[in-house]
Formats: sequence, structure tokens, C-alpha cells
Amino acid sequence: MTVWVEADLCNGCKRCLKACPYGALEFGQQGVGVQERCTSCGACLEVCPQGALQSDVRPRTAPDFSDRKGIWIFAEQREGKLAPVALELLGKAHQLASGLNQEVCALVLGDRVSHLTETLIRHGAETVYVAEHEALKDYRTQVYADILEGLMNQYRPNILLMGATHIGRDLAPRVSRRIGAGLTADCTELSIDPDEGILLQTRPAFGGNIMATIASRYSRPQMATVRPGVMEAIERPGNRGREITVAVSVQEQQIGTRVLEIVREKKEVIRLCEAKVIVAGGRGVGDAGGFKVLEELAETVNGTVAGTRVAVEEGWIPVDRQVGQTGQSVRPELYIACGISGAIQHRAGMLNSRYVIAINKDPRAPIFQVCDWGILGDLHDVVPELVRQLKKGIETQMDTDEHR
Amino acid sequence: MDIIVLVKQVPDTTEVKLDAKTGSMLREGVNSVMNPDDRHALEAAIHLKESLGGKVIALSMGPVQAIDVISEAIGMGADEGILVSDRAFAGADSFATSATLGKAIAKIGKYDLIICGRQAIDGDTAQIGPQVAEYLKLPQVTYVFDIEAIEAGAVLVKRRLENGYERVESTLPAVLTVIGEMNRPRYPMVGRLIDACRKHARIQVWNAADIGVQTRDVGLAGSLTQVIKTFAPKGKRQAEMLEGDTRTVVRTLLDRMRENRLISPGEVTHDCLG
Repeated sequence: MTVWVEADLCNGCKRCLKACPYGALEFGQQGVGVQERCTSCGACLEVCPQGALQSDVRPRTAPDFSDRKGIWIFAEQREGKLAPVALELLGKAHQLASGLNQEVCALVLGDRVSHLTETLIRHGAETVYVAEHEALKDYRTQVYADILEGLMNQYRPNILLMGATHIGRDLAPRVSRRIGAGLTADCTELSIDPDEGILLQTRPAFGGNIMATIASRYSRPQMATVRPGVMEAIERPGNRGREITVAVSVQEQQIGTRVLEIVREKKEVIRLCEAKVIVAGGRGVGDAGGFKVLEELAETVNGTVAGTRVAVEEGWIPVDRQVGQTGQSVRPELYIACGISGAIQHRAGMLNSRYVIAINKDPRAPIFQVCDWGILGDLHDVVPELVRQLKKGIETQMDTDEHR
Repeated sequence: MDIIVLVKQVPDTTEVKLDAKTGSMLREGVNSVMNPDDRHALEAAIHLKESLGGKVIALSMGPVQAIDVISEAIGMGADEGILVSDRAFAGADSFATSATLGKAIAKIGKYDLIICGRQAIDGDTAQIGPQVAEYLKLPQVTYVFDIEAIEAGAVLVKRRLENGYERVESTLPAVLTVIGEMNRPRYPMVGRLIDACRKHARIQVWNAADIGVQTRDVGLAGSLTQVIKTFAPKGKRQAEMLEGDTRTVVRTLLDRMRENRLISPGEVTHDCLG
């Protein structure tokens, strides 16, 4: 029990009975008694004139975590191939490590995956922990969580990062709850606070209307998932590292889930994050037919067509082309935003583009504040004209070539 | 088949605006709605109940006005609703929320399946499903878009991956989180909605003491993460508005692109007709 009554001090005034929000105090022959319903909220302590109510709940203080060392990344792999985000995490981890002077470690789980060690070291890992077992071949929540739990308890790292993929977003919260560590989802920015030395985790919230910087002061490791495509993978050819094999024992019947089949969908997967030029459309495009114009522009500049959530919800473009908070993050050389107002949800996905062109009818559209060049006008006029002038240029070029 | 569905009341984030000066959110006049993914979770549960029997319980944590989403769930076809509501729950991160919901589910006691939406549009964390599953030590499958088969002790689902999907079998009880691709949620029936607002409606409200939690384990006190600051996202670019008629602005744009080597100087020549 965390709230109790010093019977000698109680004068039977019963103020506490009124103050208790839960009806957890009763008045009997021995004075006030605390019932099982008590939640230790402390409301009664404040009203007792005698100080007869006592509690062992103390204000929260951050424990000393100075023994926590190491920045770990979960190196996600599927079918023996690393997820690109694994290397992006290493790029960031390396940067964080230099401020803390701590080791960068990668952790890879799977069946026969030690060949990935070399790539991980080449991208900045100093120690690679490899856990291999048949049962780890396909990702499964519980068995992966078991192994991570064991390693976190054994090596007690300071930071643990995962990619915010369909696997990372399944595994990270499970591990977080299991080991009692705070977790921040879908971070787009990570840094070390110079004073406290804690990990500052920045992410969009409320659909991207607000950016929030979050810290985990009361638990370790500091856990975060990071959006794929946001951080930069950096090759470090001179980096040296070692591999440590993790002993794995698995009890199949305790895993709970079984992967029967993994189906790769035949349709060409659009990897927007790799596109150099993106032509994106939003509400202003008007209808699916409007996207034909954008497709023509994309073809002319050798780009890829993408769109906003509205464009996806209206069925104008497939969901794998969606850029933004609930879609993909992209960092192309050139992003051409057509009829996109630039709601923050969308901006969250395209802010890392090198150059941004915005075409919109509304002079107040927020997209104009985040573009390099803005054109106030109807995209249905501007885009065809752009295509015409681009093509004209190409034709002229070809003519010149022929005359030579 | 007794199914618990986790639902959340969220601000309609498409309406949320930001105070340009303070960077704080203007919530005034912003509607509260049932979280979109949760509608799909409810639809999935009600659909299962219709073919297999049993009951659907909608469970939510939130302030008293969140009773609206419980009523809406009953309007759609849920049999009962439970709102877990207490000042002590305020300011909870997903870790503390999962403890609260986990305790409430443990109090409900009898269930075969827990279904929730993949994520809520206010936080977009997608953490509650897996954390509740871990709290209850149940298997989980996230990003579910199809329930292929369900029978005593096992469920077979399709789980969406970035480049396809996987077919996963799980023992029951289990926690599933579902995505919009799953189904088309039905609209609430007016008669059921009216019933849900009557006195005899099968809705319970539980506080911290009812579910037997300690205040320090829930709400802000039980949270492991703290928001240090919030700010308005800002762009770093100096936006240059190009002026003139369509032909002129496009020509200027191509000039800019050329200057920045986005297209090679010879690639495009000026429109001679201009």
C-alpha cells in the first residue's frame, strides 16, 4: 500500500473522505481506512490538517544512466537483403556517437545473414551483433522481441534506433513495452542535447501540423523509430569493426505466429524515395484526367508522378505514390508541386527535396513558402506550357544535331 | 467470438490550424471524430460477429466527451461500450496508455480477439496495438488488411508489407491492427445511435480505481517520454514568385532551372515565337 493513515494523528474530521475522487477511504471504528481502490493519487494528503495521511509516492527524478553506453541500430533485413533504412540509421548513429564518444553497434537478425556484416561496417558500425537461426528467417514479432530483450538487458545500450518500416513499427513498440523503455515513433530529426546528453527526438505530430521534440528522461535505452529516406547513409571505407555472434535459443510453440507465405506483388514497386525528379499533384489537379498532364511533364523531365493524400483518396493515383506524413518521404533533386496547397502533412514528406517548384492558383497556399520558385496560376495552363517549352527546346536541340 | 475493439476520439487533423506567431495549435472549432483506422477495426469486428456470433465491445480511453465515439461504435453495431476516463490518465504517452487499456481489457476478462486501427491521426505512432499486446502477453499482427479464416484457437490474416504482403497465422486470443484497405466501414444506424444515447445504453465508464491502476503508472506520471518543445515546421527556402503571363513565367522558370544546372544550358532554347 502506498497511502496509509497514522491512526494516532487522525482526528476524525473526514475531510479526506470528501477529497478522495475514488471513494477509496472509509471511516470505521479505527478511524480512516484506505481501501483497495486507492490509486495513490495523493488528493487526501493535501486536505488532511493533521498530516495523518502518508504516502511513499515521491516526485519523479531521472535515475543515473551514466553506465549506459552505445548507440545501437536494428539492421532490418528481408530475404538476406538489408533495408536501405538500416544504412541510413548508421549514418545518423555515427553522427550522434561523435558527440557522446560512444560505440556504434548494429544488430542483425535472420537466417544466414552474417554476409551483411561487411556492408554494415562499411557504413559505420563498429560492432555488429549477428543472431542467426532458422526460426528468425522471416520477421516475427515475438521471437525478434525476445532476442532484442535479451541483448538490451545484457549490453545495456544508451540508444536503440529502428527504421519506421512495417517491421520496425511492429517490433519497436513491442520491445519498448517489454523492457520498459520510452519510444518515439517516426522521427525526422535526432540530435544530442549538449547539456543533458540526452537524445532529442523530433517528429511531426497532429498530422504534421506541429513538430514535437521528445526525450526519454526516465528510461533506457532511448528508443526511436526513424522514417526511411530522411537520414543519409554514408560510406566510411576506412571504418573497422568486429562481428559478435549472438547465441539464439528458440521455442517455436511460444512464438504465437507463423508466416505461411510472403507474396511480392507483381506490379512495379514505385520507390519514390529514389526518384531524382518528382512531379506531384494535389487537389488542384481536379480529376484523374488531370494527372495525364502531369504524367506528360514527368515523361518530359524523366521524372516520376506522385501526389498528396487527397489525390490518393480521390483515386487519382495509387497509394504507393503518396508523398507526405502518411505516405513516403522523398528527397529528389527537383520536386514540382502542382495544385498542392502544401498542408503540413504533405510538406513533412517533401521538405528534403533539393529544389521545389510550386504551381498553384491560391496566392496564400503555404506551398509557396517552402518552394524555390513559385508560379501563381492554373496548373492546367502552366504545366502544358512548361511541357511545350521543354519539348520545343529538345526538338530544337535535335534539329541542331541533325543539321550537323 | 468475443471481440474487443479499441477506438479513439481524435481531432479532425485536416482542420487543425496553427497560430503562425506562437506555433501552438488552434483547436477551437475543430471537430472531434472517430479515428479513421478504428472504423475499419469496428467494421471488421462487427462483420466477424455477424458470421460467427458472440459480441463486440468498443473500448476507449479519453475524456468524458469521448463517449461520443462509443455511442457511434454502438450505432455501427457494437454490443457494448466501455469508456475508461479519469483525470489521472491525462498527458499519457503510448506506454502509459497501453497500461491503462491493458488493465481495462484484463478487467473485461473474456475475449477471443482484440482489434484496433493501425494508428491514430493525431499522434500517428502506431504503438498502442503492439504495446497492448505486449502488456497482455498476446501475439500481435499489425497492418492487417484481410482476415482469411478464423476458427477455434487460430486466425489467418494477410499483413501488408511495403512491397506486397504476407499471410500470417496466429494463435488466439491475439491483437490485430488493421489498415484502411481492410474494408468499407458501414454507417451507424440512426435507431441504434438513439438507443446508444439512452439511459439503458450498455455503456460503462470506468475510472482509475475501477480498473485498479496506481496513478503513478498512468497518465503523465506513468509516461516514459516527455515533450520538450513544440514548434511550427518551417521551410528554409526563400520563395521567389515568378511574375508575368504563363509563357513568360515558364520561360523564367526554365532560366532558373538552367542557372541551377537542373537542365543543361543547351537542352532548352528560348521560344522563338515569343
